[in-house]
Amino acid sequence: MKAAPRISRQGALFALIGLAGLALPLVQLRPNRIVPGEPLSLPAALGWPGWALALLLAAALLALLPARLPARAGLALAWPGALLSVLALGWAGAALIAPDAPLARVSPAAGFWLLLLAFALAAADALARLAPPLAWRWGLLLGTVLAGAAILSSGVLGDISVMREYQSRHDVFWREAGRHLLLAFGSLGLALALGLPLGVLVHQAPRLRGAVLGALNAVQTVPSLAMFGIMIPLFGWIAANVPGAAAAGVAGIGAFPALVALFLYSLLPVVSNMAVGLASVPQPVAEAAAGLGMTRAQRLWRVELPLALPVVLAAVRIVLVQNIGLTVIAGLIGGGGFGAFVFQGLNQTAMDLVLLGALPTIALALVAGVALGLLTAQAGPAPLERTAPA
Amino acid sequence: MIEIEHLTRRYGPRAVVDDVSLTVQQGEIVALVGTSGSGKTTLLRMINRLIEPSSGRVRIGGTDTATLPPHQLRRRIGYAIQGHGLFPHRSVAQNIATVPRLLGWDRARIEARVDELLDLFQLPPAEFRNRRPQELSGGQQQRVGVARALAARPELLLMDEPFGALDPVIRAQAQQDLRRIQRELGTTLLLVTHDMTEAMFLAHRIAVMDHGRLLQCAPAREILTRPASPLVQALAGETARPFHLLSLSQVADLAQPGHAEGPPITPDTSLRDALAQCLWSGRDALPVKGGGVVTLAALRRAAAGAVPR
Repeated sequence: MKAAPRISRQGALFALIGLAGLALPLVQLRPNRIVPGEPLSLPAALGWPGWALALLLAAALLALLPARLPARAGLALAWPGALLSVLALGWAGAALIAPDAPLARVSPAAGFWLLLLAFALAAADALARLAPPLAWRWGLLLGTVLAGAAILSSGVLGDISVMREYQSRHDVFWREAGRHLLLAFGSLGLALALGLPLGVLVHQAPRLRGAVLGALNAVQTVPSLAMFGIMIPLFGWIAANVPGAAAAGVAGIGAFPALVALFLYSLLPVVSNMAVGLASVPQPVAEAAAGLGMTRAQRLWRVELPLALPVVLAAVRIVLVQNIGLTVIAGLIGGGGFGAFVFQGLNQTAMDLVLLGALPTIALALVAGVALGLLTAQAGPAPLERTAPA
Repeated sequence: MIEIEHLTRRYGPRAVVDDVSLTVQQGEIVALVGTSGSGKTTLLRMINRLIEPSSGRVRIGGTDTATLPPHQLRRRIGYAIQGHGLFPHRSVAQNIATVPRLLGWDRARIEARVDELLDLFQLPPAEFRNRRPQELSGGQQQRVGVARALAARPELLLMDEPFGALDPVIRAQAQQDLRRIQRELGTTLLLVTHDMTEAMFLAHRIAVMDHGRLLQCAPAREILTRPASPLVQALAGETARPFHLLSLSQVADLAQPGHAEGPPITPDTSLRDALAQCLWSGRDALPVKGGGVVTLAALRRAAAGAVPR
C-alpha cells in the first residue's frame, strides 16, 4: 500500500515560488527613474527587521506545504502573507530613499512579484477548495478591493517608484482612468445594444448565421495594432470628406476610432453567445412555449432569453476583460486610457511609468472578471445542466 | 366537438398527412396510433396549428381554427408533450399558471386554479407550489406538464406521447390518473401514442394511421375483431389480440351465479388479470367479491372475441 503523500503538490509549488521570491532581489534602487539600478533583497534593504520579515514570510510559505492543511488555514496564511509582502515593499522603499536624494527610485523587483504571485495562488487555491457561498465571495471581492484601496491611499507605498509616478500626475491619472472605463464599458454597451438583437436575428434566421458570424470572425482575426491603425486613415478620411462627421466627433485619432475598434472586437462574442444561448434552450421547452399559446415575442422574452442569460453573461465577461486589456492599445492612437502611460513610458524607457498604466489595467480586468463570474453564477448554471434529469 | 375535414400536409410532393377526416365528440378520448412516420404527430400538431395544414380544415365547437390567430387558438387548447417541456426557470406554480397568465386572469383566480390542479394531481400545493421542475421526479414532472395543459379549462386537450419517458410502473399510474381526471373534467382528448395497450386502456376510439392515411377509426373491440385491413390487424398486435380483448372488459361484465373456492377478486378487475389469476393459481373459477364467479371457460370465450354482456 502506498503511503498518502504528506506534502500537497500545490503547496509545494506555492512555497517554491515564494521562497524563490525571497531569494531574489525584492527591490531595485536607482539614482533616478531612467538609469539601471542596484538589486536588493529584503534583508539587504531593511537590515535585521528585514531578516525577521523574511523568516516570517518563509515560515508562512512552508506552512502551506502539508497535504491535510484545511482550506480555511490556507486562506488565513495566504491573505496576511500577501499583505505583508506589500508592506515589506513599502517599508523597503521608505528605508532606502535618503532625504538628500529626491530623484532616487525604489521599484519592485522580481522577488516581490514572485512573493505576491505565490500568496495570490495559494489564496485562489484555498478559495477554490473552500467553495464559499456566493454572498461570501462577493464579500471577499469587496474586501480585497477595499484593502487594496486602503493600502494605496495610506501612503505606505509612497516611496515606491510607481506611486512616485502617480503623485507627479495624479490629475492625469484619474482622467485617463475615467477614459479607460468609458472606452471599455462604452464599447461593451454598444456591442450589447447591437449584438444582442443581432444574435436573436441570427438564431431566428439561420440563413444569416454563416454570413454574420463569418464577417465577425474575420474582424476578430485582425491584429489589434493593425485594427487601431486601420481606423486612422478610415475615419480621418470620413471626418475630412463627410459633411458634419467631424462635428459629430468622428476623427482619425482619439477616443472615437478606439471606441469603434473595441466595439468591433466585442461583437463576435456577444452575437455568437446570444445565438448559442438561444439554441441551447431545450427543444421540448421551446415547443411547449409555442404550444401553450405564447406569441413569438412572449416566447423570446419569457422563456428563451431568461434561459440564455447565463451564456450571454459569459460573453459579457469575456468582452469586458478583453476590452479592458485592449483599451491599452487605444493609447497608441491618442484614445487615452491607461495605455497613454504605457506608451509614454515606453518612449521614455521609464518602466515605472509603464507600470503606472499596466498595473491598474490588470487590477481592473481581474476585478471585472471575478465580479462577472459571480454574476454568472448567480444567474444559475447553463440551461443544459439545468434540465438534467433529477 | 372537433371536426377534422380532409386535412392534408405536404412537404414537397410527399403528403405526410393525406386527406384525413375525423370527428371527435365532446368528452371523447381518441388515440392516434401508427408506426413512426405515419403522420400521427403531424396530424395532432395541425390541430393547434404548430404545423399549418396544406389543405383541409379543422373546426372546434363549430369555429374554423384557421380564422383565429394561432396563439389565441392554442390558448384554448391544452397541449402536453413527451419530456413535458416544463420551464426550468419557473416554479411549479408559475409553470401551471402559464396559460391563465397569458389570458390575463387576476392573481387570486390564478392561485386558486393552481392549487386546485395540484390537488387534482395529488401534489400537495404547500409542498410543490414553489419547487422548481428539476427538483421533481419524472412522474411528478409529467403530472405538472398535464396540469399546465389543463390550467385554463381547455375544451380540448392534445397529448403527444405524454407518458413516453416514464417507467412502466409510473406509466400505469399516470394512465389511471389521466382517465380519472378526464372523466372528472369531461375534456375532449386527442392522444398520440405508439403503445397499443395504452391506447386500448385510455381511448373510446382508436384511430390507426399509416403513411399519412387514416386506415380505421373505431372502438378498440372493433379494431381487434374487425380490422379494416391486414395492416390494422398487424398494428393491433395479432399475437396479443386475445389479451387486448380481455383487458377491455371487467369481471363484473362476465360474472355468473355460482360458487368457487379461494380468495375473491373485485368486480372491477380486468378480465386479463382474472385470466392471469386463474392460470397462476390453477383454478377453473374465481369467486367475485359481492357474489358470483367468473369461470375459465367464460374467460376463454371472451378472449376469442365473444362479447361479454
